[in-house]
Amino acid sequence: MIDILINVTLLAFLAITAIAIVRMTHLFAIVMLYGIFSFLTAGLFVVMDAADVAFTEAAVGAGISTVLMLATLALSKDHQEKKSRHRPWLPLSLVVVTGAALVYGTMDIPGFGDPAAPSQVHVAPYYIEQSMPDTGVPNMVTAVLASYRGFDTLGEVVVVFTAGIAVLLLIGGRRAKQTDKTQLEKESDDA
Amino acid sequence: MDFILGHYNYWVVILLMMVGFYIVISRGNLIKKIVGLNIFQASVFILYISLSTVENGTIPIFKEGFEVYSNPLPHVLILTAIVVGVATTALGLALVVRIKEAYGTIEEDEIHEQDHSL
Amino acid sequence: MTHNLIPRVVSKLLIPLIILFSLYVQFHGDFGPGGGFQAGVIFSAAIILYALVFGLDVAEKIIPPYILRLIAALGVVLYAGVGLATQLLGGRYLEYGVLGETQVAGQHLGILLVELGVGLTVASVMLIIFFAFAGRGRP
Repeated sequence: MIDILINVTLLAFLAITAIAIVRMTHLFAIVMLYGIFSFLTAGLFVVMDAADVAFTEAAVGAGISTVLMLATLALSKDHQEKKSRHRPWLPLSLVVVTGAALVYGTMDIPGFGDPAAPSQVHVAPYYIEQSMPDTGVPNMVTAVLASYRGFDTLGEVVVVFTAGIAVLLLIGGRRAKQTDKTQLEKESDDA
Repeated sequence: MDFILGHYNYWVVILLMMVGFYIVISRGNLIKKIVGLNIFQASVFILYISLSTVENGTIPIFKEGFEVYSNPLPHVLILTAIVVGVATTALGLALVVRIKEAYGTIEEDEIHEQDHSL
Repeated sequence: MTHNLIPRVVSKLLIPLIILFSLYVQFHGDFGPGGGFQAGVIFSAAIILYALVFGLDVAEKIIPPYILRLIAALGVVLYAGVGLATQLLGGRYLEYGVLGETQVAGQHLGILLVELGVGLTVASVMLIIFFAFAGRGRP
């Protein structure tokens, strides 16, 4: 019972934080609220028995991505979002219609924590019963990640590596392009 | 009551997803757009983990005396998705930095104006 | 942040513990929650904290950027190399059973090496990204 209560409260906090992010215009506050949002998500994952995922979300969401967003803010220098010149009605109605269609779709999903749900009866019992005799690793998440789905994880690692290379290509040089350009322009003016 | 409690997670997920979607399509500030994309992404993570939970289950680490474990497969998928997600977020932020250097602004409307005035 | 005394002292205390914890998460991931992805991120968080408190130039002296690029590639090569090694030993790609004398021993070795590859790549890519952002716009 108590975990359902925590679950409901944390989800309500998440919804409030998300709506606050929409309404804020100060970018620094938005980034800090996003850090809080990530941390709440990590807490929610603990309540839902996903310790490994909570671990990752706490380190990544509340740590690294907040730092990266703050670094971008420092580089972009304007901290205030400009008021939008467009009316909100078209996007708002699109969002409401999509949301209503999705809520209609949830009517057929089995309830939260239902042991007979299709996602619980397909491959999950195999992993839960066989991972210990197959791999000797008590942590089933590690067994599935590195052994059963090793090829999948290899692909994920390559994606992370590629993203690192792409960031290096985009902003790896220490000097901003702007200064290069002005220097070139000065030289051409002198000539 | 059971129906509401059983579907509350999914409804909040949809709310979060739509909030993220709304930020992405209605706001012009590029950093705010990336925060919106991240909220959208987080809502998908919460949906997957909600589907993996079993009533009276425990963390999927084998121990004598426990029989009901939550489904490890969504955990694996989301675990890798979070790390890949931060790498792609960094890529998006790097693009924002380059746009700022090239155009001098991170507001979408102003970037469009500069493109049209060329 | 270079003149703030409290962050400097607290981070000097915390950074070794964070690095130790990341190694625990890396090598204990078979038995408790953890693994290469988490360990890599926690390790890079320790170095990022160091760079935030003591300055980017000092942090880049500890781990020079060219070494980070090498380590990032090394992690992917280690992961893919375990797959090739299993093929050379007569198994299929990433079939760890052939690495050891028994199925379980081979699986243990394979998972340990693969997680090490993941940890190396994730830690170094996170640091590459952070250094790229933090170093941008400096002379």
